This record gives sequence, structure tokens and C-alpha cells, in this order.
Amino acid sequence: MSPKTLYDKIWDAHVAHEAEDGTCLLYIDRHLVHEVTSPQAFEGLRMTGRTVRAPDKTIAVPDHNVPTTLDRAKGIENPESKIQVEALDKNAADFGIHYYPVSDVRQGIVHIVGPEQGWTLPGMTVVCGDSHTATHGAFGALAHGIGTSEVEHVLATQTLIQRKGKNMKVEITGKLRPGVTAKDITLSVIGKTGTAGGTGYVIEYCGEAIRDLSMEGRMTVCNMAIEGGARAGLIAPDEKTFEYCKGRPHAPKGAQWEAAMAWWKTLYSDDDAHWDKVVTIKGEDIAPVVTWGTSPEDVLPITATVPDPSDFTGGKVDAAKRSLDYMGLTPGTPLSEIEIDTVFIGSCTNGRIEDLRAAAAILKGKKIKDGLRAMVVPGSGLVRAQAEEEGLADIFKEAGFEWRLAGCSMCLAMNPDQLSPGERCAATSNRNFEGRQGRGGRTHLLSPAMAAAAAITGHLTDVREMM
Amino acid sequence: MDKFTTLTGVAAPMPLINVDTDMIIPKQFLKTIKRSGLGINLFDEMRYDDDGNEIPDFVLNKPQYRDAEILVAGDNFGCGSSREHAPWAIKDFGIRCVIAPSFADIFYNNCFKNGILPIALPQKAVDVLMKDAEKGANARMTVDLEAQTVTTSDGESFAFEIDSFKKHCLIEGLDDIGLTMEKASAIDAFESKAAMERPWV
Ligand code: SF4
Repeated sequence: MSPKTLYDKIWDAHVAHEAEDGTCLLYIDRHLVHEVTSPQAFEGLRMTGRTVRAPDKTIAVPDHNVPTTLDRAKGIENPESKIQVEALDKNAADFGIHYYPVSDVRQGIVHIVGPEQGWTLPGMTVVCGDSHTATHGAFGALAHGIGTSEVEHVLATQTLIQRKGKNMKVEITGKLRPGVTAKDITLSVIGKTGTAGGTGYVIEYCGEAIRDLSMEGRMTVCNMAIEGGARAGLIAPDEKTFEYCKGRPHAPKGAQWEAAMAWWKTLYSDDDAHWDKVVTIKGEDIAPVVTWGTSPEDVLPITATVPDPSDFTGGKVDAAKRSLDYMGLTPGTPLSEIEIDTVFIGSCTNGRIEDLRAAAAILKGKKIKDGLRAMVVPGSGLVRAQAEEEGLADIFKEAGFEWRLAGCSMCLAMNPDQLSPGERCAATSNRNFEGRQGRGGRTHLLSPAMAAAAAITGHLTDVREMM
Repeated sequence: MDKFTTLTGVAAPMPLINVDTDMIIPKQFLKTIKRSGLGINLFDEMRYDDDGNEIPDFVLNKPQYRDAEILVAGDNFGCGSSREHAPWAIKDFGIRCVIAPSFADIFYNNCFKNGILPIALPQKAVDVLMKDAEKGANARMTVDLEAQTVTTSDGESFAFEIDSFKKHCLIEGLDDIGLTMEKASAIDAFESKAAMERPWV
């Protein structure tokens, strides 16, 4: 047999039909659904009299619009958000799919709930009407973000029309230095390859530094594969993966577990597999990083200064000018002198228990800078409960952070958690686009530990100085 | 789905790279449960000021581009979120074709589901088309999907690549789901086989 990459193996195991021109129907094992990109798809099913083909493989949870304030049981104020969440309540009931409503302690961001409940398993195909579906690649699952028409297509047929992408290997060799996290890896990769560098590829992340990451860290890395333009990110499953999955509510048990393990252990890229593109980064070369602009590729070590547009070439010159203007920054300013108004810890990139632990470790016994607004939004109700049990919630609250309920929150500001024009935020989320966190809001992406450090000093800060 | 065969129309120039879907349609307009009516909010934060007045400098607010049916843009168009609201808004505004050096994957796919033709061309060709678009309303570009060409108002022509299946669906205005459902027996067979091989799924 010819050598295969992990992507090749998962792909081959899921082709339900291949047309002469190479267009395939890829069978989908798990379809995750949230309230923003699904109403039109369910409406389409109703209009054509179609049903959900595999309701037992379809899982829905509201996350983007839900309020994260402690009084949310009183309902959603914004009438449009309310309609969207109610539409999902109704669609889940009408079509008989698995559902975690707002009132359920297991509710949270769809990409955190899937793995937590054992829906996401190695070797699966996973889709969701959301670009950060790439997160699930951390399990060695082929996970794509799709549009609403494709959501409807998957609901109706449990397949996706796809052509195979190309294989790209991103290897992070050796060890990371202290203070460097999964977020720094994933941002640094984008800094190197650009936001379009992965277009048309499925990335497999490998190397010692990736192996050393926990499952939470691996999810952070794969989560942002899409920010590098890739169709999906993958990490081969190993003992850590199996350990994480074992005993989860929807993971296989008994003999089925053994059968699953037997297959999962074959899920790795063969030594002599062909790669269309290879990127190698030394783990020791990665520093704690922050973004300075309005694209995730606008990233630099915290020890650097704001770049000058003339440092760039081509279309990037104008883009950098526009970014700096929007961000209100002057070339040459040390990044560590940029003062912030707000800190947001959360999102599907960094809203898991390990992220909260990392931030709490820096915050323990300290207070946030006077006048700063700071919030922690756990990625799910269960992450929140665990953080309370571990005493992390108390550390955050004593430091001056707001301790919220689970949801997407200020990652995209569809709910009331938004920046005002000009407000500058250190955020653990994944996008620093213009207006992403609120019209005119300015976002600096960084790791949870770096966010905690910035909360204490009131400006972007090298977390290594606090360790 | 609306068919796409040929189109001759005004092209609006937008020489920006990394135009993301948050720019195309900001999140406050994602709260709809419908597909229609988003054109008025296309590029909302670039197009209107804080009070909702049009910003005269923005390309689609200029008289010569208000009826643009083609958009010429920079590299990596449509990056970011998977929101299909982006092509819905573009289509609802009246744009049926976007030309750029490259597109983000999900956006590119979403276009085809909505009768919009995304054309990727080398930077040099896009530069020529951008110049042509900058001439305004009298310079009308022609896109011929059958022949796979874009022709400037001066008659300079560029050939583009497109997946044959996607081309076929767009020209015929075919519904993907209907087409896939014709292959139901293949899906049934796959499901039975997978249930034996991977029963835990
Ligand atoms: S947390 Fe942010 S990136 Fe993740 S699913 Fe929610 S809105 Fe999207």
C-alpha cells in the first residue's frame, strides 16, 4: 500500500461516493449545530419536506447569542437574539437532534461541548456551520467549518460535497521555553505562513512541542488553523487523546472501546507519506506573542515594537497602514507599552480549564489594574463548575475579574458583551478583525497567561517577568 | 438557485487584501433567521458612519458603482468566519461575481451555493482588471462562465480556472441537495459498511 498521511487515511475511510471528476461525497460522523448559521438550513428542510437524515449524529447547542451574565435565566433581552435561540430550541425538538439548551449545565461553546461530551473522537469527520470547527482536529478528527447551505446539505444527506485538499505538515520541533503556550505556537505559525498560507491545505501539526501539549493545548493550536487559511488542522491521536476520550458520556465503552482503539492506533501519517508543503519551526524560537494589527498574521513577540508599514511589501503596505490607523498605534512603540482598557479571557480558543488555570496562576493573590474591565467567560458550564471546584473562580473574583456564565461572549460580541469605539482589549480569542469585538473596538490577541499579566499591569506585558 | 451564464456589468474596485467576512457583513446582522434583505448592510461598517449616514468615499456609495454587479478585490478575499450571510449580502446588493487573486475556502464554496461566481486570477491579471474597474460606470466588464473568460472594457481577455462540477451546477442553477439525494443508495451502502467497521460512531 502506498504511504498515506493521517488526512489521507481519514478521507479514504469516509468517501461515500466519488464522481469521475474527483468530486466526492464525504460521509459526516458528527454534525454540530449552533443558532446563528442553522435557522435558514432548517427552514430549507421544512420548505422542501426533507428531514434530518441522522439525528443521532447531530448535536446542537446555542452559544453565540446567549447572555453570559449571572442573571441570564431571566431571558434574552435582544429580541433578535431571542428569536434565534428560540428557533434552535424548536428546530432541535422538531427534528429530534441532541440538544443542550441554555438552562443545561453542559451548555457552552459548541467546540468545547463536542469534545467534552465525547462526541468528537479520533478518525471522525466533524462539521459545523462555524469556521473554528478546526478545533476538533486536535483529536485526529477531520473537522471542517461549513456554510449554511452546506449545513442544510449535511442535515439532509449526512454528506458533504468535497474535493480532497492538499497535505501540509507543520512541525514544531524540540521544547518550548517557559512562558510559551499553545496560543503562541498557533499565532507564530500564522505569523510565518500568513492568513492565506494554508488555503487549500489540511494542516497536520506534529513534532515534539505538539506531542508535549495537553489536549486543551492541542485544541488551541488546531482552533486557529482556519486563521492560517487551512481547511482543517489535525494532530495524530496518542495516549493523551485516548485518555481524554475515555469515560466521556458519548465515547464508546467495553468491547466497542477496544475496537475503536484498535483503529485509532493506526491513525498517523506514514513515515514516507507525501507532503505538498512543509513548515518547520523550532520550539525554542517561539516567544510569547501578541498581535498589533487587524489580521491574525499581524503578530510579533511581546519584546518587539509596532512595525512600520514600509517594513512590508505589496498589498500589505496599505493593509498595515489601515491596521495601524484603526488600532491607533504609532510605529516604533514597544508592544509592552500599549495600554489596555479591557481583558477578555474565554472563547473556543482559550476557554478551557487549562486556560483558566494558566491565567489564575499569574493572578493568584494579585489585583487587576484600577479602572480596568476584566472578564472570564468559561467555555462551558462544566468548565465553569470545575474552575469553581478548583478555587480558580475565587482567584479571578478576588483579582477583580467578572466571573461569567458560558458562551462565545466578547469573542464576537453578538451578545451584550462588546467593546466601545476605541476601547482596547487584550483577548484570548482568535480574531482581531476590525469591529470583531464591537464597532471600533481594538483587539490584541494573546495567551491566557499573557492576558492575566496585562490585567495586572494595565498594559501588554511579557508574562515571563511575572513568573 | 439562480443560474449564472454570462454577465456584462459595472465592476467596483476594492484594492484591499484580507477582506474578511466580518467586514462584508458585521455580526449584528447575523441575528436574522432569513437569507434575504442583507444587501443594505453589505460592508456596513465601511459604508456608513456611526449615525448611519453613507460615507461618500466608500466605493459602493459612489454614484458610478451603486449598481455594480462585479467586485474586484485583493488577495485572500472572504477570510474569517463561515457565515453564509456574506454571500447572501453580496448577492442581495446585486453583485454576482467577485474577482480576486485568491479566496478563503469556505467563502469560495459558499458563493457557488448562492449563484455567485468567485474568480481567482493571478495578481497581474487582477491588477489590470482593477485599473479597468477604476474607470467607473462606462467601463463594463464581461464575465463568460461557459468560455471561462473575463474581458475588460478594452477587450483584453483573461482565462480563468474553475472546477467542472461547480461550473455545471452554476450554469444549470442546480440544487446540490437534490443531486446528492440521487446518490442515496451509495450513502446507504456506505452507512451499512461503516456501521460494521466502526460501530461506535
Ligand atoms: S468562541 Fe468565538 S470563534 Fe469560537 S465559536 Fe464562538 S464566536 Fe466563534
